[in-house]
Amino acid sequence: MSEDLYQEIILDHYKNPRGKSVFMTSLGESHQVNPTCGDEVTVHVGSGPDGTIQVSYECQGCSISQASASVMSELINGKTPEEAAPIQAAFIELMQSKGKLEPDEEVLEDGIAFAGVSKYPARIKCALISWMALADAQIRAQLTPAPNNSGTD
Amino acid sequence: MFDVKKVREDFPILGRSVRGVPLVYLDSGATSQKPFQVLDAERHYYENSNAAVHRGAHALAEEATDAYESARETLANFVGAETSEIVFTKNATEGINLVAYAFSNATDKARHGLEVDPRFVVGPGDSIVVSEMEHHANLIPWQELCAKTGATLRWFGVSDEGRLILEPGVIDSSTKFVSVVHQSNLLGTINPVKEIMDMAHAVGALGMVDVCQSVPHMPVDVRELGADFATWSGHKMLGPTGIGILWGRNDLLNAMPPFLTGGSMIEMVNMDHSTYAPAPQRFEAGVPMVAQAVGLARACDYLTDLGMHNVFEHERELTAYTLAELAKVDGVRVIGPTDNSERGSAVSFVVEGIHPHDVGHMMDAQGVAVRVGHHCCWPTCKRFDVPATTRITTYIYNDKADIDQAIAGIKDAQAFFGTSSKVSA
Ligand SMILES: Cc1ncc(COP(=O)(O)O)c(C=O)c1O
Repeated sequence: MSEDLYQEIILDHYKNPRGKSVFMTSLGESHQVNPTCGDEVTVHVGSGPDGTIQVSYECQGCSISQASASVMSELINGKTPEEAAPIQAAFIELMQSKGKLEPDEEVLEDGIAFAGVSKYPARIKCALISWMALADAQIRAQLTPAPNNSGTD
Repeated sequence: MFDVKKVREDFPILGRSVRGVPLVYLDSGATSQKPFQVLDAERHYYENSNAAVHRGAHALAEEATDAYESARETLANFVGAETSEIVFTKNATEGINLVAYAFSNATDKARHGLEVDPRFVVGPGDSIVVSEMEHHANLIPWQELCAKTGATLRWFGVSDEGRLILEPGVIDSSTKFVSVVHQSNLLGTINPVKEIMDMAHAVGALGMVDVCQSVPHMPVDVRELGADFATWSGHKMLGPTGIGILWGRNDLLNAMPPFLTGGSMIEMVNMDHSTYAPAPQRFEAGVPMVAQAVGLARACDYLTDLGMHNVFEHERELTAYTLAELAKVDGVRVIGPTDNSERGSAVSFVVEGIHPHDVGHMMDAQGVAVRVGHHCCWPTCKRFDVPATTRITTYIYNDKADIDQAIAGIKDAQAFFGTSSKVSA
């Protein structure tokens, strides 16, 4: 019953979080709270070699929010904003899928473990909070994809 | 004492399954379930007497008005009030805002030289007093009032045991209003509200008690609270959503400016000014929630038939059992009083090493509905240095087997997250 929510991968990231404090100069910071449960996450974004994104975070929350932050940092750290954007979009799409989407492991790697979370409306926010903080911190750090590469025009 | 098994038969929802297992509902502090008697009363009203109240002279309008006004009488009797002192609101949140806005509206009018009752005028140098265990509903309206008027917000702190610390000096000659919760929805603490209201009156302040968690669970006589106002919601006492009560002393209600304005609350209307009906109509603008009033009155009758003393004793016994069983589980810490005196049935706890969301999820997988989060008492959570808690709340339809199921869920969570060596049964 709980297994579709608490995948092994999620429990592993929860117990052994990756990339929590990356040593870097923060260019943008975002603090997000989940007002229904009081969970908090802070994401820092900095700039690495060749305009890549560096991510570090602090997270106080449930297993889902902590594991999601860990997966987020693993997936995004070292990617350019252009490389990161489709991953971010894919994760958000997965979370909005109500369990009806077959996630692409090529794109989301460990992130596919969160497919089951999208079936529990109360937990979607937990899985998304660090990704929302990332997007906001990127804007503050001006590390978003260049407009002509964003694919929206 | 009543027979819980028989009571349960009146609640259709308790017969259902969730996630493939029978439902165990332990979230009545958030909202209670409804017996079919209440649902039938609403349906009967709609099928037989539905009309807009206080308007029109046709037979249905008369019947509807009668149903609405008799509901008011039932509510008044339920808490020892006069009928004219019972204002129907949307919920307790609206009841508290209604009083807070009486202050801010009177203060605004006084600034423009209009005549208002000085007891409702506040400004810089005045204070409003609450406590550190208030529901947001009894905190934010007062923060807003202070921001608008320049008054200062003060509060009584909470001890490690979850009791109010009634330090002298919090209420003083600057205090214009005191509003405190009777029974905390997070900690379960029952506060000495009479003593606090006496402190308020001793300095010439008015006082209100948030009785959201007490009226559904114990006998409450509004006169014995020693307060000027009290407010609660119907949905936590077997009644429908969308209806609550503000009780207020008549002389005060009639001295207050209105909150929501429009139809039904007037006495006389001209193009440039109007006068208002006496309370309670003065505070019931627009077509009110008649069916909900009828349903809530039926809920009062249901509870009266069980006997509110019996309801309290039943929950007292369950709370003692809950506290004792939780104490047996390693790594569980109760946030709030652990002795069963001056406490109600809301029991909050944290499980070492497992976030409340995860605890709640594991319990939900067993069919156990509990609330997780800050329970709209964020400052209280901060006081206890926890981001959130898991909370069990019981009511007339719960028994010890429900608590056993909850405990099993907690142990499951511990086994699953590897924080306990004990394996669940
Ligand atoms: C102590 C207390 N006060 C106020 C409220 C607000 O009630 P409502 O949301 O029905 O207005 C609640 C409900 O959770 C409560 O428990």
